[in-house]
Amino acid sequence: MTRMHKARPLSMLMINAWRWGILLALILLWEAGSRMGLIDPFFFSSPRQIWDTAVIKWQSGQLWRDIAYTASSTILGFLLGTSIGSILGLLLWFSRRTALVAEPWMIVLNALPKLALAPVLVIWFGIGFSSKVVLAFLMTVIVSIMSAYSGVQTVDPALSTLMISLGAKRRQIFTRLVVPSAMPSIITGLRVNIALAMAGSIVGEFIASDRGLGRMIVYAGTTFDLKLVWVGVVVLSIVSVLMYAGVVLLERLLMHRWSARKPE
Amino acid sequence: MPNQAYLRVAGLSKRFGSGENAVAAIENLSFTLDEGRFLSILGPSGCGKSTLFNIIAGLMAPDSGDVTLNGESMLLRPGMTGYMLQKDLLLPWRTVADNIILSQTLHGVRRSKALDAALPDARACGLETMLRRRPDELSGGQRQRAALVRTLQTGKPLLLLDEPFGALDAITRLHLQELLTDVCMKKDKTVLFITHDVDEALLLSDEVLIMGSQPGRIIAHYHLPQEKPRTLKTLALPRLIEIKGEIMQLLDQEVKRHDPHA
Repeated sequence: MTRMHKARPLSMLMINAWRWGILLALILLWEAGSRMGLIDPFFFSSPRQIWDTAVIKWQSGQLWRDIAYTASSTILGFLLGTSIGSILGLLLWFSRRTALVAEPWMIVLNALPKLALAPVLVIWFGIGFSSKVVLAFLMTVIVSIMSAYSGVQTVDPALSTLMISLGAKRRQIFTRLVVPSAMPSIITGLRVNIALAMAGSIVGEFIASDRGLGRMIVYAGTTFDLKLVWVGVVVLSIVSVLMYAGVVLLERLLMHRWSARKPE
Repeated sequence: MPNQAYLRVAGLSKRFGSGENAVAAIENLSFTLDEGRFLSILGPSGCGKSTLFNIIAGLMAPDSGDVTLNGESMLLRPGMTGYMLQKDLLLPWRTVADNIILSQTLHGVRRSKALDAALPDARACGLETMLRRRPDELSGGQRQRAALVRTLQTGKPLLLLDEPFGALDAITRLHLQELLTDVCMKKDKTVLFITHDVDEALLLSDEVLIMGSQPGRIIAHYHLPQEKPRTLKTLALPRLIEIKGEIMQLLDQEVKRHDPHA
């Protein structure tokens, strides 16, 4: 006899409890392992030591300055790379010839390990803020061009025919059909782009910088201050998660406007 | 001045491809249609019906011939007709309201003004409660109604309807056929209507054009006797049954001409 299994509705409360529970358990195990000598506190530190170091750095104002520095270069690079890249990708709709010429270039530039350019960029733009922004920009711009262009290619030719039959001009077809059609592709790329921009900024700071979380981690590593390295890693993770959450929020707002279906 | 036809299609030919591979989509196609008339076009697949529509809509140039509306050439002049295809082609990110006023807003009409103008048609088509919805929240019939209202909102007196109800179920199709007859008669629209359904053509039309394929050409042109609006009962009238029989025979012969095993 076949037995029908009814799927039980998932409780978000329970899922969230599990998520936070796992995190809490890991922290407790880490702390306990460190205190009981199962983990070497010199190499792996402990949640308590990381917390204390973070509080000292926060109170001195240094941690906050480093967070602000890394976050602002990441966000600026992300915004510039995504917006300029998306606009360029969308504009390729106007010229098939340009798009065909540009396509292999985009593939090559996308495959190029941009992070390898970091030392060159630091020499070109100096050890200050601009070299980090340029690296974050380079990390995102080609991906954005490709996302927007692939969105442009998804435009339904029948919709173009309809717009022409309604007497739409080329500019109107671009703004009212091509751009909205490509928006889901562009929006989907945002999550990837924020992570790439963050990687660009951090590597820029690793190479040469006088501020930022990346510089803090490198500096702490070279002075064997592994507690501070862990502070950098943990804070960087938190900043990354917050930025990711911000992008998800932005994605929802944009999808609400551009997707086929209204979000629930 | 000679009595001028409202719509005149004269000696229209169009080939696709070149050299030995060239295929004649339509060849020396001519007919006229008076203002306010409803003409259905029937023919086997690939007989050039959609090519004919694309040329009349100004989307495609013919190799030879001309199409005139009130004496004015329509060739390569899109925007002179209201064109509706089998797919509803509603923009998925726009609400129903913004879809049905698309043509107006493309021509610079303010949104609120365009909506006011569209409301009577939307109401007539039973869409007034759905204006704020997105297309994916509508049924197939509702989407086609929205596409019909959008076509009507172009304000063009000549409508080209390419199998608009082809993908709908029988009941929804019947409702939309009644709606189309009603709207076109009230608004005095001239309609060219492509269909594969002989009953649909007989129900809606003043005239029926039968096309043959390879090359696409006219093989019969009927002027239907019965006054409109017609009902399913009207289709049982002896003269219409006779015409239906003739049309079915012509279409059958045309299909068998290319595929004797069909």
